[in-house]
Amino acid sequence: MTQIPRRVYTARPALRLAILVFLWSLPVEAQKAPDVYEKWCTPCHGAGENKPGTISAGALYKGSKPAVLAERTDLTAAGIRSVVRKGMYIMPRFRKTEVSDAELDTIVAFLTRTPQLAK
Amino acid sequence: MARPLPPGVSQRDFAEALRQFETAVGKEWVFSSDEDIDLYRDAYSPFWNEPEERIPSAAVAPDRVEQVQQIVRLAGKYRIPLWTISTGKNLGYGGSAPNVSGSVVLDLKRMNRIIEVSEKNHYALVEPGVSYFDLYRHIQEKKLKLWIDPPDPGWGSLIGNALERGGGYTPMRDHFDAHCGMEVVLANGDVVRTGMGALANAKTWQQYKYGFGPFVDGIFSQSNLGIVTKMGFWLYPEPEAYFSGTVMVPKHDDIHALVENLALLINSGIVQGTTSVLNTASFGPPDPELARIRVGSSTSDLERYMAQKGLGYWTVDLPFYGPAKVIAAQWEHAKDKFSTIPGVQFRDGASYRFPLGQAELDKIPNPVPLGVPSLTTFAIGGPFSQGHMWFSPIIPMTGEAVIEATRVFEQVYTDLGNPTGALPGLPIWSFFARAFVIIYFFPIEHDVEKNRRSREIFRRLVKVAAEHGWGEYRTHTAFMDDIASVYSYNNRALWRLHETLKDALDPNGILAPGKNGVWPRRLRKGNA
Repeated sequence: MTQIPRRVYTARPALRLAILVFLWSLPVEAQKAPDVYEKWCTPCHGAGENKPGTISAGALYKGSKPAVLAERTDLTAAGIRSVVRKGMYIMPRFRKTEVSDAELDTIVAFLTRTPQLAK
Repeated sequence: MARPLPPGVSQRDFAEALRQFETAVGKEWVFSSDEDIDLYRDAYSPFWNEPEERIPSAAVAPDRVEQVQQIVRLAGKYRIPLWTISTGKNLGYGGSAPNVSGSVVLDLKRMNRIIEVSEKNHYALVEPGVSYFDLYRHIQEKKLKLWIDPPDPGWGSLIGNALERGGGYTPMRDHFDAHCGMEVVLANGDVVRTGMGALANAKTWQQYKYGFGPFVDGIFSQSNLGIVTKMGFWLYPEPEAYFSGTVMVPKHDDIHALVENLALLINSGIVQGTTSVLNTASFGPPDPELARIRVGSSTSDLERYMAQKGLGYWTVDLPFYGPAKVIAAQWEHAKDKFSTIPGVQFRDGASYRFPLGQAELDKIPNPVPLGVPSLTTFAIGGPFSQGHMWFSPIIPMTGEAVIEATRVFEQVYTDLGNPTGALPGLPIWSFFARAFVIIYFFPIEHDVEKNRRSREIFRRLVKVAAEHGWGEYRTHTAFMDDIASVYSYNNRALWRLHETLKDALDPNGILAPGKNGVWPRRLRKGNA
């Protein structure tokens, strides 16, 4: 599994873009989530039996879309931002002291495979 | 939502206070736009989208105690109520929203330092923004032989949960009891350290709770008398093993001997983790025949059905932690005690040796009783749930109380026309020593009429519980006054004492007005 080191997300913009474009060119399943995603999203949306977000998505999409969030390829930046800041079902909204706007950009970049959004 | 002003504060003073908050913590950490304030709404508010929903006027997020002192002094100057949150994840009890609309939320999430963890003396000293996940990851990264005791949701604050007197599952399950030493900012901006922390050069702040003189820590729990900015916690040395044994008894009336023996084992220290008593007949299994028998049939019909299925009428799971040989002896001892009940059955349950690898942990349906934080609990209520709140009365640890409380609370449902949603028959827990707590689930929806109905049932339950001598250990902000009002012995003597302390320590009434039904003089009924 390819791990994107944290320092990639904090590198100078041009260098970061180059590294991220390369890493994001790898197969989706080979990408490892950034720390902020692992911290705030994986406990509910990761793989496994005990993840309420994954259970909920499985019930909602009934197999038409992956239940594990990071496996989705149809997520939009606006949709992700809206869910994080407004909540959805039992998922509460997240404050900026929890997930900053810059960290939200990182989450969006990861889930939409759009490296230029990562700041 | 309309953005309210703090009660009694002019727009001009409020704007000036915000400007001075910005000077104290930095412009980036004062939130006053509608969009940002929306983030502090209680996602599970039983008043969602109703005029009574409590909405803050702003939020301010310091990152160190000196900034908390500055904010408190400014709030005092402008008489602005502050509602303090640690991680803001007290979901089901109010989340990150205040008790009084117009309060400024004092968001301590940025104060997230793990100051010290002692592997030799098994304690940690942390700030309010440290979550159970954070401390768990720190311990794993350092490969320390220590366990934390998470409550069901692992993203909450150790300090916030302990101050709300939350519970977990391991032998450190009573979280307030497991604390040792506090740092508190008072309403005048003074900083107090409790216990041995009052020594100028303290060496045992996290090892001896009481210090010298009056022990005041309790007045800062479920309270509005100070802002806790550091807190020590005793941790559990990683045990050698865990084992869970199940006891099943066949008859309805076996509850008396079952609970008597359970209390003996808990109070003797043989069982040290959280147990639950489950009325198997009313909670499961999902079988149409059982559903039919439950309605209008006798207790003996239910007993016969459960016996045919090889199940007990009542079930208790006993968790054991410690050396494997000791655990085996404790389980044998427990079985000896319960063997006086005719027809009792025993089953060996989960058994683990520590440390467990990540692959093994991933296979465990609920790792929380093994000291591993999780968010599994949010699956409660089904995949499309929009939230929940809890009715959680403390009842005696006796079979008589289990029977009576179950009957009384179910009667409330019957009297109110058996409304759907709230779930009777959930397990009865031993999160705390010497008493049971029943935790009833109330769904919250973004549906005004359903939430109104839930509030009606909730208030009825509070009243009926009080008539029987039972009171809640904790509640949602929406019901704090309701519950405080039933703690009324000797003309509310305890709450009058709380008010005396409140007026002395917080004369401007700026810290969390109305928290747990304690109001400052200027906002007290008749004075407001």
